[in-house]
Amino acid sequence: VLARREIGEDAMAIQILLVEDSPGDVRLTKEAFREVDPSIQVNVANDGVEAMEFLRREGAYVHAPRPDFILLDLNMPKMDGREVLIRLKADPGLKTLPTFILTTSRDARDIIRSYELQANCYLCKPVELDAFEKLVRSINDFWLTTVELPRPNLNN
Amino acid sequence: VPIDILLVEDNEGDARLLGEVLSEINKDVRLHVATDGLEAIAFLRYQGTHLDAPRPDLILLDLHMPKMDGLEVLARVKTDPWLATIPIIVLTSSHSEMDIVQSYKLMANCYLAKPAELKQFESLVRSLNDFWLTKVTLRKERQAAGAV
Repeated sequence: VLARREIGEDAMAIQILLVEDSPGDVRLTKEAFREVDPSIQVNVANDGVEAMEFLRREGAYVHAPRPDFILLDLNMPKMDGREVLIRLKADPGLKTLPTFILTTSRDARDIIRSYELQANCYLCKPVELDAFEKLVRSINDFWLTTVELPRPNLNN
Repeated sequence: VPIDILLVEDNEGDARLLGEVLSEINKDVRLHVATDGLEAIAFLRYQGTHLDAPRPDLILLDLHMPKMDGLEVLARVKTDPWLATIPIIVLTSSHSEMDIVQSYKLMANCYLAKPAELKQFESLVRSLNDFWLTKVTLRKERQAAGAV
């Protein structure tokens, strides 16, 4: 099995890009991933513009790693999550990057629109800390130990 | 609320095994099986004997099948505006890097390589159930009807 954990954790740390404008949520998410596996690197972009710069290695992000997956909030200043999704999925170099919507919105229109724009999945952020930790654990169990992720060197 | 899953799989033994493992883990799942790509498309478009087929909440898709293979099904579903919102999980015995990348390029929602051993297969199904059927918010038809 080629699942992410088996292809050389030492050589290549697992990198996540979290696109989130709320400092409280950023902190919470980082702590939850640290709890699950301290070697996971959670990179943060505070809005969609920053996220695109990070992914395209522009400006301050020349040395940014290519993330294994993206956790994307929907409602953010400057460029929101829908716009980020549209740009990602239209970019041949980035379209294979698994992108999960992580939002407090339970609006059916947000859910449908996200799947229309080919988000890999839609996750409603639970309010309770315990449920949020379980969600992060499940993301880890599924996406990092079970799924075959696309390998960066074959993407372009 | 039942969860309708369309499994597209030509190997009868594999289909039965998945059905058994999944039904032990999650009683709400209703598994529908299409044995090749053509039948899957017919199911999704309510054609032939599939007039009363439900719109699946999720598709589990094998890649190598007769008549129409999984990549072709992926391409068709994900370019059809009515069907494109259904998450597709590729579930195959292929570990080929080309199959993995090609599937993601065609907008597979995720790619799972089937392990040969039963114990590992069960834990894969468990992990799939825990993530996709208990954590993910799937598009619900009733909600959708009100929103469109």
